[in-house]
Amino acid sequence: MNGAERCQPLLGVLREPARMADLDLGEWDRLLRQAGSAGLLSRLAVQAEALDARIPAPVRPHLAAARTVAAKQRQAVRWEARRVAKALAGLDCPVLLLKGAAYALADLPPAPGRLFGDIDLLVPKAQLGRAEGALMLAGWHASGKSEYDQRYYRRWMHELPPMIHLRRGTVLDVHHNLLPETSRIPTQAGPVLAGARPLPNMPGLYVPADTELVLHSACHLFHEGEWGHGLRDLVDLDALLRAFASVRFWPQLLSRAAELNLGRPLYYALDCCRRWLSTPVPEEILATCPARPPVWQRPLMRALFDRGLASAHTNCRQPGTGAALFLLFVRGHYLRMPWRLLVPHLLHQALRRDPPQD
Amino acid sequence: MKLGELSARELRDRLADNALVLRTGPFAMRMHSPLPQVADGLRRLYADFPLGDGAFCDFHVRVGPPTGIRRWLKPQINFWYDGHSPFKPLPANHAFALLEWGMNWCVAGHAHHYLMLHAAVLEQNGRALVMPGDPGAGKSTLTAALMLSGWRLLSDEIALIDRDDGLLVGLGRPVSLKNASIDVIQQHFPDAVIGAPAHDTHKGTVAHLRPTPDSVARVAVKARPAWVIFPRWREGAEARLSPHSRAEAFLHTASHAFNYSLLGGLGFDLNAALMDACACHDFEYSRLEDAVRVFAELATS
Repeated sequence: MNGAERCQPLLGVLREPARMADLDLGEWDRLLRQAGSAGLLSRLAVQAEALDARIPAPVRPHLAAARTVAAKQRQAVRWEARRVAKALAGLDCPVLLLKGAAYALADLPPAPGRLFGDIDLLVPKAQLGRAEGALMLAGWHASGKSEYDQRYYRRWMHELPPMIHLRRGTVLDVHHNLLPETSRIPTQAGPVLAGARPLPNMPGLYVPADTELVLHSACHLFHEGEWGHGLRDLVDLDALLRAFASVRFWPQLLSRAAELNLGRPLYYALDCCRRWLSTPVPEEILATCPARPPVWQRPLMRALFDRGLASAHTNCRQPGTGAALFLLFVRGHYLRMPWRLLVPHLLHQALRRDPPQD
Repeated sequence: MKLGELSARELRDRLADNALVLRTGPFAMRMHSPLPQVADGLRRLYADFPLGDGAFCDFHVRVGPPTGIRRWLKPQINFWYDGHSPFKPLPANHAFALLEWGMNWCVAGHAHHYLMLHAAVLEQNGRALVMPGDPGAGKSTLTAALMLSGWRLLSDEIALIDRDDGLLVGLGRPVSLKNASIDVIQQHFPDAVIGAPAHDTHKGTVAHLRPTPDSVARVAVKARPAWVIFPRWREGAEARLSPHSRAEAFLHTASHAFNYSLLGGLGFDLNAALMDACACHDFEYSRLEDAVRVFAELATS
């Protein structure tokens, strides 16, 4: 039994939300737990709204609660984005929203019922200092991190240390690239910034073009060392791909992937989406994706990713999950920086007295 | 079937096998713990509570020793909500208190089908009393005394207001008594059943008081709000009700709620409807007997 089969009924209803009308109480018990743990309960709750009459009475309050949480978060992220736009109004460059905030503000298909942690921004590297200064004046500070962390982020990473608002506690991740400076796969932010489209009614704020939304989500998920939100991110990708799929879109996606050097994570994303969520990805697109992994590596990587994706809830886990999560964690770090930086960094993290906060 | 109908052995076995489903008000909780003190606490305080059939549970909770080498050095316990542990481990003898806090956490963090205010709720003659109160104001002591004097307890920490009808929904769970109030209640009400105290918690010494059978039996009966009363214990004070501004009561309950802002406009409407339906008072007291008498007069007025 593979991970996808173990993750029932969650996988079944993600592929076909109407199936929620046919679940019995025992299946709902499993589904609410799996979805809650994977961060997907609010999304299912929004999709279940139309089926309300066919959903058992004890389940309905949970779904109503989850919809309330999602509505509140969506309202909050819009409000917060306006604050960001206002704070950065003086910058003469585009400010891009990435991931969840981009989906919510641009009303993209992953948005309904999606929960948020931080707000991710992308600005040109040359403007990073000014952006940080302007955000500090508006109340966000790169605080709570040690000097080592500050140096680590500023020197090697593709983002500032998380900026936390002094009063509201909201967190901004301000990026200047999609992947770390030291990443084994060098990519560039220029084309992403150039291709961005402005958000109506939000002067100064932009979202990446459709192809870049997919590529960023893919490289984020498949370069990540922590897989707690893996399935949620795959659901984002599935929703984007289903919405964008067209004869013109697929070739554009592949050529953009080649240009940004992100073919490998795109391949993994398309392959996992197809196998896990039945996303309609044409065979020839997968077969012509740039930077495909060698054939011998594919079953290995599938086994790893499948365990990572199935790790969201204990009753989805399959044998070898612990080892797979460890390997994914190591892989995430390996991809982030070369050994000569990575080994001292991991030693520092292991020996520090205060455990990292996140 | 009620929890008290299980033998001590059966209860321990079910609890250890993750096969105990306890119903508290609208919620079914599946409980898992290998610890005898948890079984003993449940038996002492939850005997009147019905058991669920287990097909569907609202919350899955576990209290047990954490994994890792620390458990051999210093006995500790932790709380898990469906595999995730939201709290730091505590000393092993706080196990039952941790279960109670964990159950509150489950409700407060998830049951957004309700507006949840930080307040005690009691009912008499179909009219409910909502008592918000700052820590140390004597809210739990007064709640315990009123319950033991014939008021039906709906909740001592979380007031649940149903978003569909604005009525108060009961949990009927034990009252959490702290420090001196444990002895005060035991002295005034010698028959009161109080669980084993947990010493040196972040709230001092904590012990839980068994709810009255009537509170458990009628837990499904929703109550119409009639009073919002802010109690305050003060040395030597005469028991006295005085008017409290509704607007201020609204702001207080809203700012001390678990999910007021999360519910947005609905939270405002529900809280406003609560204030519209209620008379609002401050209540100062020093002697429990006087307090119980004043509330008895209030209930028959």
